[in-house]
Amino acid sequence: MTHEPFHRTHDDMLSERPAPLATVGVLGWMRANLFSSLANTALTILAIYLLWISVPPFLQWAIFDGQLYGEDRFSCTGDGACWAWLDQRIGQFLYGFYPSEETWRIDLALVLLFPALAPWLMENVPGKRYMRWFSVAYPFIATFLLVGGFGLTEVSTDDLGGFSLNLVVGLSGIVLSLPVGILLALGRQSRLPLIRWFSVIFIEVVRGVPLITLLFVSNIILPIFLPADVALNSVVRVIVMITAFASAYMAEVIRGGLQAIPKGQYEAAQAMGLGYWQSMRLIILPQALKISIPGIVNTFIGLFKDTTLVIVIGLFDILGIARAMVSNPDWLGLSSETYVFVSLFFFVVCYAMSRYSMSLERKLDTDQR
Amino acid sequence: MKIKALSGIAAVASVLAISGVTAPAHAATLDDVRAAGELKCGINTGLPGFAFTDDKGNWTGFDVAYCRALAGAVLGDPNKVKWVNLTGKNRFPALTSGEIDVLSRNTTWTLSRDVDLGFTFVGVNYYDGQGFIGRTALGAKSLKELDGASICIQTGTTTQLNLADFFRVNGISYEPVPIETNEEARKAYEAERCDAYTTDASGLAATRSTFPDPKAHMIFPEIISKEPLGPLVRQGDDEWADVARWTLNALINAEEFGITAANVEELAKGTDNPEINRMLGSEGSLGEMLGLSKDWAVHAIKAEGNYSEIFERYLGKNTSLALDRGLNALWSDGGILYAPPMR
Repeated sequence: MTHEPFHRTHDDMLSERPAPLATVGVLGWMRANLFSSLANTALTILAIYLLWISVPPFLQWAIFDGQLYGEDRFSCTGDGACWAWLDQRIGQFLYGFYPSEETWRIDLALVLLFPALAPWLMENVPGKRYMRWFSVAYPFIATFLLVGGFGLTEVSTDDLGGFSLNLVVGLSGIVLSLPVGILLALGRQSRLPLIRWFSVIFIEVVRGVPLITLLFVSNIILPIFLPADVALNSVVRVIVMITAFASAYMAEVIRGGLQAIPKGQYEAAQAMGLGYWQSMRLIILPQALKISIPGIVNTFIGLFKDTTLVIVIGLFDILGIARAMVSNPDWLGLSSETYVFVSLFFFVVCYAMSRYSMSLERKLDTDQR
Repeated sequence: MKIKALSGIAAVASVLAISGVTAPAHAATLDDVRAAGELKCGINTGLPGFAFTDDKGNWTGFDVAYCRALAGAVLGDPNKVKWVNLTGKNRFPALTSGEIDVLSRNTTWTLSRDVDLGFTFVGVNYYDGQGFIGRTALGAKSLKELDGASICIQTGTTTQLNLADFFRVNGISYEPVPIETNEEARKAYEAERCDAYTTDASGLAATRSTFPDPKAHMIFPEIISKEPLGPLVRQGDDEWADVARWTLNALINAEEFGITAANVEELAKGTDNPEINRMLGSEGSLGEMLGLSKDWAVHAIKAEGNYSEIFERYLGKNTSLALDRGLNALWSDGGILYAPPMR
């Protein structure tokens, strides 16, 4: 025992100790995310201050001082928001001027929308094959429900309004503008001059004109061209114009995706002996569309919010209904309340779209960067 | 490729320009309305008192009532109206293109609209003018004492130009606070971003009634512009313009003769007053002259009552707009409302 090695050992394992308080839990998270540097700390404090001066007064106004019942605005005596109109006007906000005894048709169309969308939006839907047939039939079923005929009372599409009008126009535009946009994007890269020029002119002209002008043209100028007895349905006109507008943007978004695909992919498809459509369908588009998802959803959200522009051709979407309501002497001056209400609707729909696109991106993320 | 795109735009533009020139003239509007079985009436998308929706989703209001009366006169049923809601921008193209038969949308009668745009104003149903509202605390009794005040105005309207003219003529200074829409201007004034706020006088009373404490705000006595509002039709169809004009006159004359929605049926059976008899069709043939039925005026008045009844229902003392008749009183009551005789 003369030369003991200079090291120390433990006979037993060291017991685990918790991580330092400052790096775990709420405190650690805050340190890492909110106060990691001087600038971040300043921003955090500023954000907290802004929230502090805006959120409590808003909640006070909207909820704690808000008044939910009443005959008209004169029965709202408090300082808070006056929600009394909700009780009487909610039907108009949801269905517009649709006859109240027929609104179940809109409800039914909305309920049927879910099984129609499910096979396209979700995996693992039982009976996907048959469900897709239902999806194809859905536009006709929905049109029949909304417009009537064949036993149902006929309702003029001019009576369609409120949030259901936003949904009808927005969904039709979304469903139609994606395929049209894909075709335009492919057309712009086509080697056939006629198709290429048509796509370029369509995209540049439509994209270079404000949507409000397109709607205006569809409403005022088209009837002058057309013979007097051809009355184009105003909702159809809006859907056509919004679709055209969104497709032009969509085409450019997808073109961005197409250009991001390495040339090798095109050549590989050709080397496999695939024709143009096959290579697009099997090789190019699946990759290009995946890259374009954020841009596509961006366009969708923009399109959905653009549906409020239908007021310029005399259709009353949810925002138009709100404006018409605050012109009623009984409800004069309640614009803040109605705008808060309307923005809530838009936020829910647009946020849902954005969340769905994020989950889709995660699902399709093959880490090909 | 760029040149191609440009020439495409040029082609579209020239087609649009040509079509604008050759807009079809709609000659026999009266026949068109009869054939369609409904009157296509252009109204506002929402203006307090003049056009708004009730809780059941029906359009009502002062401008709406005129169209209901016209539908009564022409079709015998005030409900046979198709409402076309129009913004300030598309109201005139809608009338030109024939999308509507008559425009009843608080439109000021001016020379250029009458002559240059090719319309015929059939009369005035509301004499409006530009007024001001300000805080009582300012201590000003008239506009001339508003020197140096900040004033909220809606941009791009005649309101803005009238304001500039008035203050220049009177040599007073002011600080304009331009705001995009009327509703925002109201909000800005309420939030004390300006000392006073100007818009059509008919809108001021409505605005005042929305404030938490209406007594803290005063409407100034000066009206600085003339805004005669009235219905209009396309130029070139005099027969239809006559129908529209005399329906309005019938409503005004009905007030003068004390004919109301309640007693019109009774009076239509015949009275001792030949003027009433001619108007309501128990004597003479005024209806046939207009190309309408004998009892056209009965249906027009039955729709919403005479001028006074319509005014009181939508704008008058018992509404939250609480407007005075003022200029819009009959000539015999100190106003300037004067309809030509019906004989």
